[in-house]
Parts: sequence; structure tokens; C-alpha cells
Amino acid sequence: MSGERIAEAAGRIRLSNEQLDRYSRHIILKEVGGSGQKKILAARVLIIGAGGLGAPAAMYLAAAGVGQIGLVDYDTVDLSNLQRQIIHQTQDVGKPKILSAQETIYAMNPDVKVNTYREMINAGNIRDIILDGDYDFIIDGTDNFPAKFLINDACVMLKKPFSHAGIIRFQGQTMTWLPGQGPCYRCVFREMPPKDAVPTCRQAGVLGVMGGILGTIQATEALKYILGVGQLLNGFLLTFDAKTMAFRKVRITRREDCEICGEHPAITELRDYEQPACDILRQKVERFRGGAE
Amino acid sequence: MFITVNGEAVSLREELSLKELVAFLHLEQPDYVTLLLNDRLVYPSEHGTTIVKDGDTVEYLYYMGGGQP
Repeated sequence: MSGERIAEAAGRIRLSNEQLDRYSRHIILKEVGGSGQKKILAARVLIIGAGGLGAPAAMYLAAAGVGQIGLVDYDTVDLSNLQRQIIHQTQDVGKPKILSAQETIYAMNPDVKVNTYREMINAGNIRDIILDGDYDFIIDGTDNFPAKFLINDACVMLKKPFSHAGIIRFQGQTMTWLPGQGPCYRCVFREMPPKDAVPTCRQAGVLGVMGGILGTIQATEALKYILGVGQLLNGFLLTFDAKTMAFRKVRITRREDCEICGEHPAITELRDYEQPACDILRQKVERFRGGAE
Repeated sequence: MFITVNGEAVSLREELSLKELVAFLHLEQPDYVTLLLNDRLVYPSEHGTTIVKDGDTVEYLYYMGGGQP
């Protein structure tokens, strides 16, 4: 179990004077202390997607001293990313996101080792990536449903705890799955939405801070899991509406007939889903350039 | 009768099916809304036959992507 691995690895860590200073605001927390900070330093977190959600999650986990952070992303930094993906800078445009993010993290905290995977996750590589670093906790920072369902299915199969989050416009949602406890993403969102049914941020827009709010909650869940502190969002879907500033914890329950975490799972091997195609963005950009908006 | 929808009390004159409730509430994208009745997922194929009763709790949720790129 991850908790045992973390505790065992933490037991071999000795905090330097510099680390005692750097992490002093953690160490004075009775829920963390020196032993908790050693757990953080011993922990390994995989972040899939170094974008709107993954960027703030990676930065806070790096600042906290998470010992190994895995970053998975195939994309390069685009100028349109910089409105919200604060791990990347203007001079990084055109650079692979994982390298830009790695540089920011190394400049922030030399205690952190960053493992980079310049890949698009699929049924053929996700298991290897998760097992490559024997990650303790997975953060889903992806923007598309084939990836979200694949991450859910892979984490359930490998019994790896993970945090889901989604953002669009002024809204966000997040939940945490823990092995053997509570419902998974499929228990609530059973199947992939049909093509064109759900726009992405690229298509519908998103207030830049939404990634910061939800991504930071994902990082918080990872840290709570590592420390064994508090109640995680397993069994709840946390929704957030920035227009009304309303957070709601919606209770969700495990389906016994869930296709992946149920009593008799119908899904026994990972498979790729079709990417939803949508041309809302192209239409909007064309309308804007034509002066229609 | 009163039910609770996404945390807020809603007054209904009569019992409705979930499908009728979605129309009554004028929810966006009614075909893609995910419905929980008393914390449990109700499959879309059962929205028309599942009746909401006094005191029930309904949550409607939407798929959200986000994050990258």
C-alpha cells in the first residue's frame, strides 16, 4: 500500500537545516510536524496534464516538497495557455509543456525530482507510466473525456488513489477515489458523453482562475492523502460556481453494477475511447474574425 | 409537496417523473444531464419512469472537462 511505502521511505529521511527552514510553516502544524514533512518528501505524485489544472497542482505540490512529481503532457506551450497555466512563462511559448513545467519546479524547489513523460496517455501506456514511478497518488488534469475515463479505469484497476477535476466557464467539479472506498468517476458519469455534447475549455472558454481553484484543491487532496489527515473527497463530488461563490459537496454512492469498480466489472482491460470532435471553437473564431461577435 | 434540488427547496403541485422535473426546471442540455435521486445515479433510460416523491433529494450534474490545453 502507498501509505506504508511512504511511511517506510519517510523513516529514512533526515531533514537538513535548510529544509527545517523551508518547510517551517508546515512543520509547526500539529497535523504535519517533522514526520509529516518527511512523508511529503518521500511521496510520489503523478500529474496527467500540465495545463489549467495540472499547473497550479504541480506548483503547490513542488513548493510543499513532494519528492517526486511525474508530469505527463504531449503539448507545447501556446500563447493562449498563459491566461491560466501559471507554471509556464511567455518565453516558454513553443517549448514542450513538461520541460517548461520542470524548469519552473526546479527553480522553485531543488528538493523535488520531476519525471517527464512527453506522451498522450492511451490504453497502451498509462499503466506503464503509473507503475514507472510507483506513484502514490494521481491527479487528473486532462481536458477530455477519453482521458478522464481512461485515468479512472486505470487507477481503479491498479488500485491507485486519484483526484478527478473538471472546469468550464465559471464552474468546476472535483472528486477523489480511494481504493476499496467510495464511488469512482464511472459510478456517477457512467459513460462517455456523446460527441459534441460537452464543449471543452478551448471551445467554451474558462475563467483563468478556475484551474487555480480546482487544481489547488486537487493538490490539497494529494497532500491530505500523503499525510493521512482529514476527510478526503471520496464519496462526494465537490462543485463550485464562481458566479455565486457556492461550493457544494454532493454525496455520491458506489454503484454495485459499476462497469469498473462494481461487483462484476464488465471492463476487464483498458481501451481507448474516441476523441470527441467539435468545431465550436473554429466557428466562433471565424465569426469573431468576420466581425460577427 | 417539497423536494430538494441541488440543495434548494422546490415546491411541486404533484409528483413528477425525473424527465418531467428536468423540463419543469428548464435545465440546460436536458439530454446530457446526470441525475442523482437520493444520492443514487438514475440511468437516463429510467428518467421517464422514476417518480420524484415528497421529501426526495435530486442532484443534477454535468460533465466537465477542462484542465488542458
